[in-house]
Amino acid sequence: MPGPSDPHFDTLALHAGAAPDPATGARATPIHLTTSFVFESSEHAASLFNMERAGHVYSRISNPTTAVFEERLAALEGGVGAIATASGQAALHLAIATIAGAGSHIVASAALYGGSHNLLSYTLSRFGIETTFVKPRDIDAWRAAIRPNTKLLFGETLGNPGLDVLDIPRVSAIAHDAGLPLLVDSTFTTPWLQQPFKLGADLVFHSATKFLSGHGTVVGGVLADSGRFDWERSGRFPELTAPYAGFHDMVFTEESTVGAFLLRARREGLRDFGACMSPHTAWLILQGLETLPLRMERHVANARKVVQFLASHPMVAQVGYPELEAHPDHALAKTLLPRGCGSVFSFDLRGARAQGVAFIEALQLFSHLANVGDCRSLVIHPASTTHFRMDDAALAVAGIGPGTIRLSIGLEDADDLIADLKAALKVAERAAA
Amino acid sequence: MRLQVQGRAAYAYTGGKPFASDGPCVVFVHGALNDHSVWTLLARWYAHHGHRVLAVDQPGHGRSDGPALASVEALADWLLALLDAAGVQDAHLVGHSMGSLVALEAAARAPARAAGLVMVGTAYPMKVSDALLTTARDDPARAIAMVNAFSHSSLASKPSYPGPGAWLRGGSSALMHRIQSDAEGNLFEHDFRVCDAYAGGMEAAARVTCKAHLIVGSRDVMTPAKATKELAGTLNAAVSRIVSGHALMQEAPDAVLNAMRQAIPA
Repeated sequence: MPGPSDPHFDTLALHAGAAPDPATGARATPIHLTTSFVFESSEHAASLFNMERAGHVYSRISNPTTAVFEERLAALEGGVGAIATASGQAALHLAIATIAGAGSHIVASAALYGGSHNLLSYTLSRFGIETTFVKPRDIDAWRAAIRPNTKLLFGETLGNPGLDVLDIPRVSAIAHDAGLPLLVDSTFTTPWLQQPFKLGADLVFHSATKFLSGHGTVVGGVLADSGRFDWERSGRFPELTAPYAGFHDMVFTEESTVGAFLLRARREGLRDFGACMSPHTAWLILQGLETLPLRMERHVANARKVVQFLASHPMVAQVGYPELEAHPDHALAKTLLPRGCGSVFSFDLRGARAQGVAFIEALQLFSHLANVGDCRSLVIHPASTTHFRMDDAALAVAGIGPGTIRLSIGLEDADDLIADLKAALKVAERAAA
Repeated sequence: MRLQVQGRAAYAYTGGKPFASDGPCVVFVHGALNDHSVWTLLARWYAHHGHRVLAVDQPGHGRSDGPALASVEALADWLLALLDAAGVQDAHLVGHSMGSLVALEAAARAPARAAGLVMVGTAYPMKVSDALLTTARDDPARAIAMVNAFSHSSLASKPSYPGPGAWLRGGSSALMHRIQSDAEGNLFEHDFRVCDAYAGGMEAAARVTCKAHLIVGSRDVMTPAKATKELAGTLNAAVSRIVSGHALMQEAPDAVLNAMRQAIPA
C-alpha cells in the first residue's frame, strides 16, 4: 500500500537535523562558537554528565551546530547517527580506535588513499594494530586474511588510484560471516552516488573536506554508523559489550541497542583523543551539504564529458574510469554506482615524466594542488609530486605511470575544461618532440 | 539484569546501577517492535534519583527469550511475574504505546502492586488500520518505514536521543529492523495485532486504584491525543500534553522527564 515515508534525499540535504532556531527564529543554522554550555542547576549538570539527559556540555564532545551536520549526514547515509571529526584521517582513526587496540588486526583493501595506507601500515602498527592488505577485487583474499583477532574489514568505495569499485555486498557478506563489521571510506562517492549501508556496509566515513564541503575551504571528517551490526552476537567486541571502567562500567550495547558504537566513539574517542570538528567548520560543510545533490549531478556530468574527450585523444594512453567498458569493474559499477562514478579519476599520457610536467604547467583552469572534490577543477601529476622519489619501476608497483595524471573535475562549463585540457595536451605533445 | 520469568529468560535494564534489594521501583515497558533502549535516559535518571529501575525487554523482544506473548493480558501477567522474580512488591508502571496498555492491564490486575501508572503515547482503543496490518503481514519492511514516518513529527528534534548527533528516524528504523530480524516470525505484525485486539481497556481502567498520568504528544498521529479522553476520565488521570510525535521519549526527552516527575517525583 502507498503510505508515508521519510523525505527524499534532496529534502534531507536541506532540512535534516535543522529547524528554525527557537531562541532567535534564525532560519539558517546558527554557528554556536562556544566552548561550553551553562547548566540550569547542579542536578542538571550531574544528569548531563551521567547520560541521564541528552544535551551539550563541552564542544569537544558535542556542539549544536556540529550536531546538525552529524544528524544531516547520518540522514543522508541512512544511518543512526554520526560523529564529526577534525579530518577524514581523524574519522578513520576514531572508527578503528573505538573497537581495536594492541593485538588487533585489520583486513584492508590495498587500493587506499595514501594517508590511510600510512596510518595502517606504519602508525597503527606502532600501537600494536596490524593490517593485512588485499587486492580489493580478490574476494577470496578478503576471507583468507581474516584472523581470530581481526576487528574489521576496510575499503574505499572507489579505490585509489585506479577507481577499483568495492564489491560491498560480497565483502560485507564475508565480514558478517566472520562476525565482523565492514568500514568503508565513501569520500569519492558521497551518499548521493552510493549509500553503502544499503549495500551491507556497517560503518562509513568521509573526508568531508572533499565533496561534502565542496568548496575547498575547510578540513573535516565524519564517521557514521548504520546501527545494523550486532556487536553482542558477534562476540568479538568487549569494547562495546563489557563494562567500561572509563564511564562508570557502562555497557554500551545495553545503553543503546543500535547506537552502541557511536556512544563509545563519542564518550571515549572524542573525550580522550579530542579530534573534534570546529562549529565553524561544521557550518561551512553544512552549506556544502545543502547543494550536494545539485553539485554531484554536475560533477558527474562534467566528468563524463571530460572522460569521453580524453578517451578519444591520441596523446592519452588510457583513462581509468569505471563507466568505460575497458575498466575491470565496469559491470560492477553499473550495478553499485548507477548514478555515476564520481569526478576523480586518473589517465595516462603517452610519453615520459616530461610530458606530464609540461601538461600540468600548461593548464589554465585546472589548479595544480593536492586535493580533490573542490567545485573548481584540480589536477596533480603523482610522478612529479606525491610520488616523486620513486623510480618508474616503483611507480608501476603503485599503479602509477610516469605520465599518470589525476583529475578532479569541478563545476565549470565542461566545454571550457575540455578546451583547457586540449591546449595542454598539445603542449605535452610538443614536449615529446 | 537477567531473570527467569514464567520459565524463560528475561532481561531488564537497571539504569546503569545494580538493582538494589529494596526501595521504590519504576518499571518501564516498551512499545511494539522496540526494546528497553527507548527508555535509557529516563531509566538512568530515575536510577540515579532514588529509585530502583527495571526497563524490560518483553518476551521475544531484544534480550528476552521468545516466543512473544499473544495478548495484552498475557503480557500483563508476565510483567507481574517479572516483579515477583525481581523481588519487587509494588512499582510505578510506565508504558509507551503498546507497553502503556500492558502497564494499564497490570495495574488493573494487581492494584496493590501498582504504586502509580504512567501511560506515554497512548490511546484506547489502540486500533490499527486494516491497511497497516495487511502491510505489516505482507511487507514488514515497508510497514516499518510507514510507522517510522508516522511516529516522528520533526526532522530536527533536539537534543536528540540518546544524545546529540543521533538521527532519530534512522535509530528508530534500525531498532525495529533489529528486533524484527532477531524475532521468531513476523513480530511486527504480531505486536500490532496485540494492540488492535485489546478490548479490555475501559474495564481495566475502572479497576485501577493508583494515581494515573497520561503523557501525550500534540503531534502524535499514531495515538492521537484526542483518543485518550475517555480513558483519562475513567482513570481520573492527570494529562501532560507535550509537543512531540509518537516517539515521545526520543523527540522530547526532557519534556517527558518533566512530565514524569509530576507523577513520580525523585
